[in-house]
Amino acid sequence: MSDLVALLTDPLASGFMQRGLLAGVIVALVCGVMGSFVVLKGLAFIGDAVSHAAFPGLVIAYLLGVPLYLGGSVAAVATALAIAWVSRRGGLRFDTAVGVLFAGMFALGVLLFTTIEGYAGDLLGYLVGNVLFITAEDLVQLAVLAMIVLAIVLLLRKELLYATFDPGGAQASGLPVARLEYLLLGLLGVTIVVSIQAVGIILVVAMLVTPAATAQLLVVRFSRLLSLAAALAVASSVIGLYLSFYLDVASGAAIVLVETVAFGLAMALGPRTGLIHRVRQSRVVPDAESRSGSGIVGARVP
Amino acid sequence: MSEVERAVGNRVPLGPPTRGAVAVRLDDVTVGYGARLALSHVTLEVPAGSLLAVIGPNGAGKSTLIKVMAGLLKPWSGRIETLGGPSGANARRIAYVPQAELVDWHFPVSVGDVVTMGRYPLIGIGRRPGARDRELVTRALVTVGMERLADRQIGALSGGQRRRVFLARALAAEPDLYLLDEPVTGVDATTQEDLMDVLEAETRTGKTVIATTHDLLCAAQRFHDVAFVNQRLVSTGPAGSVFDQRLLAETYGGHVLILQGELGTTVALDDAHHHDDAAGNERHYHEEGR
Ligand SMILES: Nc1ncnc2c1ncn2[C@@H]1O[C@H](COP(=O)(O)OP(=O)(O)OP(=O)(O)O)[C@@H](O)[C@H]1O
Ligand SMILES: [Mg+2]
Repeated sequence: MSDLVALLTDPLASGFMQRGLLAGVIVALVCGVMGSFVVLKGLAFIGDAVSHAAFPGLVIAYLLGVPLYLGGSVAAVATALAIAWVSRRGGLRFDTAVGVLFAGMFALGVLLFTTIEGYAGDLLGYLVGNVLFITAEDLVQLAVLAMIVLAIVLLLRKELLYATFDPGGAQASGLPVARLEYLLLGLLGVTIVVSIQAVGIILVVAMLVTPAATAQLLVVRFSRLLSLAAALAVASSVIGLYLSFYLDVASGAAIVLVETVAFGLAMALGPRTGLIHRVRQSRVVPDAESRSGSGIVGARVP
Repeated sequence: MSEVERAVGNRVPLGPPTRGAVAVRLDDVTVGYGARLALSHVTLEVPAGSLLAVIGPNGAGKSTLIKVMAGLLKPWSGRIETLGGPSGANARRIAYVPQAELVDWHFPVSVGDVVTMGRYPLIGIGRRPGARDRELVTRALVTVGMERLADRQIGALSGGQRRRVFLARALAAEPDLYLLDEPVTGVDATTQEDLMDVLEAETRTGKTVIATTHDLLCAAQRFHDVAFVNQRLVSTGPAGSVFDQRLLAETYGGHVLILQGELGTTVALDDAHHHDDAAGNERHYHEEGR
């Protein structure tokens, strides 16, 4: 028993792990909540685009010697808003426009990256991310940004829900649907920058989409979707970080894989899609047969 | 439709022109999507208390007309007034129900959640629905006969139940103007009667209902007025004018037959290719409807 406790508490002796866990939990909370909207609005592709678009922002910030965060945030939020604008203007097929923007921005990042003289290790770190290397200062920034995002989303959740479910009905009845959409995408940009630190540009979309997708398999109410997605993300973050500590593997990848396994389990065992459901359904027929069968057998018994 | 009414063109007041307020006024409105024109030069006044059916073939611009009234589409030109103010000014007194195909039925919300949304714009930011909101939601659910399915996920409803839920959402908002896109399409006869009863009751309290429909008999029998639309406003008139052969032909662009059989009146839209088959049928041209 005390061994088990030690297994859980030992890693906490390290400052890296303390900060990493805290950051992981905060990122998971925001991603769970924002991810619910991403999944409901079908914005997964946009999430991917915005995270890749943050890259040139990071490189430019690096080249200018300003905080990387700032560069990443500006690029991500600007891209998110540009996408919202393109989608409102229409004309071009939406996913085409997003694809073009996203590839172009990432290419710009790579191009700028190759102009950097010498080694830029911390920049490369942003591609895969490592929440264990987060500094105390970054942790504070991350916590503040995350709290702002969460506070706004929770304050406007009714309105965001209505505008997401039925934009026409919401707008006709006086909700500022266009502004809510810009706000949501702007917040998505901030969320992505916050999360990049934990799991890196490449995996950030999984952080947003997977817990919410898992939750969607398990519940059918929006309010429960938000809380379950956040809970799943937090649990995955903690488990992933312990795994990364003991197995000495990359933290971001470990977190995302735990989330993916949880999704697989929900798929297999969930109330609607799962095997259990199917077994239960298919058992209905044999049950009925065996019951009526037993009557016949009983009749034969002298 | 008399010569005098024709001469007035599309500016046909639906009721006696002096009575009461105007719920919706379109003044030479032209609107479309991107570069494609959908409706041109629509001039229309809908008095408060109207129960107006908008009819026309697929792609005629019925949904477009509803959307432009709801402020969801900006007109290219022309002016719109709803409930006495410019578009958007009185939005909280308007309920819009989209065509069913536009709704994501997999969305994780229950019947009760959807109906409560009708209250959201009136509750205000950061506030939860209060006792009065809950009471209005319950009352709306009871009115459409859905109170026992309040916890059901909306995807697990039949087509008719879905229409009932959206009408309940509109009712819960206590609007003065209902803009409904095909509220009774794909529902059984009983549901259609129920929903039309509810809408008619609303207009009796001075509220205005404007709804699109493909069911010409329903338009004739259950609505008070009708607007014929096909890329423009062909005409407006009392519900009985649905049976005006010439207007129907002008609106639907084909041969329209009105058959009087033992089962009652049938309006048949006959496209030009088949008009030989139908020629054997007896034709009745109704001036006043039923
Ligand atoms: N979002 C859109 N983008 C581009 N064109 C559109 C859009 N919606 C409608 N249209 C076009 O505008 C015209 C009018 O469409 P509208 O939806 O108003 O027709 P409708 O009368 O409601 O048809 P239905 O009976 O099929 O519902 C059609 O030609 C249609 O193709
Ligand atoms: Mg339509």
